[in-house]
Amino acid sequence: MNLERMTDHAGEWLRGTGPNSDIVVSSRVRLARNLAGYPFVNRAATRQRLEILERSRQQILDGNLAEDMIWVDLNECDPMDRQLLVERHLISRQHAKAGPDLPRGVAVGLNESVSIMVNEEDHLRVQVMRSGMQLGEAFEQINRIDDCLQERLDFAFSKKYGYLAACPTNVGTGIRVSVMMHLPALKITGEIDKVKRAAKDMHLAVRGMFGEGSDAIGDLFQISNQTTLGRGEQEIMADFQHTVVPQIIAYEQQARQALVRQRPALLDDGIWRAWAILNNARLMRTDEVLSLLSQLRLGATMGRLEMVSMRTINELFLMTQPAHLQKLMGADLDPVQRREARATLIRKRLAAV
Amino acid sequence: MEKHKCDKCDRPATYHSVEIVNGKKIEKHLCEYHAAEEGLTFKVAHKPINELLTNFVKMHSQDQSPTGLVCDHCGLTYAEFQERSLLGCPSCYQSFARPLDQLLARTHEGATEHQGKIPAQAGFGEQHQQQLLRMRKRLSEAVDAEDYELAAHLRDEISKITGVTEGEEIK
Repeated sequence: MNLERMTDHAGEWLRGTGPNSDIVVSSRVRLARNLAGYPFVNRAATRQRLEILERSRQQILDGNLAEDMIWVDLNECDPMDRQLLVERHLISRQHAKAGPDLPRGVAVGLNESVSIMVNEEDHLRVQVMRSGMQLGEAFEQINRIDDCLQERLDFAFSKKYGYLAACPTNVGTGIRVSVMMHLPALKITGEIDKVKRAAKDMHLAVRGMFGEGSDAIGDLFQISNQTTLGRGEQEIMADFQHTVVPQIIAYEQQARQALVRQRPALLDDGIWRAWAILNNARLMRTDEVLSLLSQLRLGATMGRLEMVSMRTINELFLMTQPAHLQKLMGADLDPVQRREARATLIRKRLAAV
Repeated sequence: MEKHKCDKCDRPATYHSVEIVNGKKIEKHLCEYHAAEEGLTFKVAHKPINELLTNFVKMHSQDQSPTGLVCDHCGLTYAEFQERSLLGCPSCYQSFARPLDQLLARTHEGATEHQGKIPAQAGFGEQHQQQLLRMRKRLSEAVDAEDYELAAHLRDEISKITGVTEGEEIK
């Protein structure tokens, strides 16, 4: 399988299209599923893990679940390729880092909107991603994929507890609905803490762009449900579609309008400083790039900086990540070399627009 | 598990408490009379509801504390689960049902029962799933013990249940 062709363009979740894509970067739904009659991954014997992997791989690839699915054996692949998949949100950090004694893999659809991790925390972790606010579409697709899988594989299920998962925080529907939102104005006005508190009251988790344990760099916040038991998929989805996401979008829009009315210089200063640094710096760290690109994104979506497209900004979000950068350069680079290569890449791409 | 006598007399204890004070575990077992004398039977009502539940479960389970529970299928102990937050197999949900229900209620807004999607073809019933889990465990043990005759027999039996030739896809 050729991961190289992934490197030079942004995947589905960073396409920058879809409803409300000025604020909602991407929509994601994932399901946790386990094959019936086997221990969970953490307690399965190596033989059983291989059997689970092989059986799942065959059924996923034979099932025509998405257009042109490819299979990546994560034990055999290069660590850099694993990191690349993490940066593209196709596998979790945990799945990338697991030891060589855990046979594991991932099936990825051609346009990268579907990915199915095998032998992560659960036997199967199915994910569908869409750019912008397209949760309904993502849910419909994942539900169809789940139906197809259930025709081919029997999942561990109990009437009382629903779909059984290795961690009780996922039991029941096994569903995790999440939206990645770009909320720079709420950050500038300091209202983001209110959003975080409100989310907590609604039993939602607020995390950074790489999920659990990651900080919200680049003003990107991932908001997801925590309750998976006792509430149906439709109910959880409805909360997000009709309450949570529209409200946060409205808050961010209000904060943006307030900035334009009351502090336009403050707003533009941030945007234009970011533009100046990105166009001139010679050494650049990843986290610095993300916060500067966040300003550029804000400027572009608000029409205050018109010479750069969302597409370029989104691509830079990804290309400047360590594995993507090294793939593009075609060489292993140490952190210092990376900073220089990163700054050069950004200047080139911005000069070309 | 032996029944506790009252710490102060020979009557059976009806009041039990375990407290951690400065990192030390302090257990109290008192009979009705001495518990009332210490004013503890009244204090119980002021304790948070989850502590009441914990004590209730402790008193009603065969083992006094859930940390001593063991999954009868995969052998995972409740203490190991508490350490890593991961269950070992589908049977753990039954083996640890009592303490788990409390935990589930805390993590899932009070819910302990599933609402939502149900497998369309209902696949195997729960008994079948349990049976399959047990047979695959025996198969694994047979292969470890190099008892290939038993292993072959078990593979046949499993294939009858699943309709898929067991282990054949593994090269």
